[in-house]
Amino acid sequence: MVLYSLTFYLFSSIAVLSALMVISAKNPVHSVLFLILSFVNASGLFVLLGAEFLAMILVVVYVGAVAVLFLFVVMMLDINFVKLREGFLQYLPFGALLGIVLVIELGILFLTDRSSNIYNNQTPLQPIVSEVENTKMIGQILYTEYFYLFQICGIILLVAMIGSITLTLRDKGGVKRQNIDSQNTVDASTAIEKKKVKIGEGI
Amino acid sequence: MITLEHYLFLGAIIFTLGVLGIFLNKKNLIIILMSIELILLSVNINFIAFSAYINDISGQIFAMLTLTVAAAEAAIGLAILVVFFRNLGSIEVNKINQLKG
Repeated sequence: MVLYSLTFYLFSSIAVLSALMVISAKNPVHSVLFLILSFVNASGLFVLLGAEFLAMILVVVYVGAVAVLFLFVVMMLDINFVKLREGFLQYLPFGALLGIVLVIELGILFLTDRSSNIYNNQTPLQPIVSEVENTKMIGQILYTEYFYLFQICGIILLVAMIGSITLTLRDKGGVKRQNIDSQNTVDASTAIEKKKVKIGEGI
Repeated sequence: MITLEHYLFLGAIIFTLGVLGIFLNKKNLIIILMSIELILLSVNINFIAFSAYINDISGQIFAMLTLTVAAAEAAIGLAILVVFFRNLGSIEVNKINQLKG
């Protein structure tokens, strides 16, 4: 139990600190790297909660795809980041005030929740107890009970893919492309022309 | 002893940091997108903590839906960002009203 608590505090403190660095780092490349660190630590917390499959998905999808996409965009675009940081200190007092108020309000909510006795919050959080492992459990319920949600997920991803392709597609002028229709409709009468050429002269 | 409250507090702190990131980096669209990712991560932490708390696997399914939406949102957001940069040569949020969508 002590080891569990220590692991929780280790992972959660690194996750919170790196989340703080994401929003305060000067260089956006560092921001992306701290975002990756934050996600890896969150996936460690998911393992603690017994959600191994989601932890691995988080690492694969976020660290492997989304964060690399961010890194790609940050490095590809030639942006003056110093100019973009103007006004950071100007908004800091107001933003910090708002953040503190938000955290205190959420904390009060949890504490009143404890006193209202609707949930018995004082039991230690355990992973789901079952003889089937986590991945199999998700598979059993995802493809039966939540099948339509699963399909909607596919449609969302398809729409996102088509949307981002159409957004970034651009036609450059002066590129020669095959026109397959006109190629296919060519026959002998349009492709070949007979000319009478006089001897000793060109066309 | 780690209870549900610990995870909820962690989710609340990460959520607040995400909101704060949107406030502080008002001009940098990339950091704003990353802050949205942080907010969605805190939602995921809450989903999975509650899933373990009520001993039900459904929460993990919904966390997976959140992941899908987050991935789609990041892809489209970055595509818009690239088009925006291509047209204006900058990613300042102040100028984004020129998209006139």
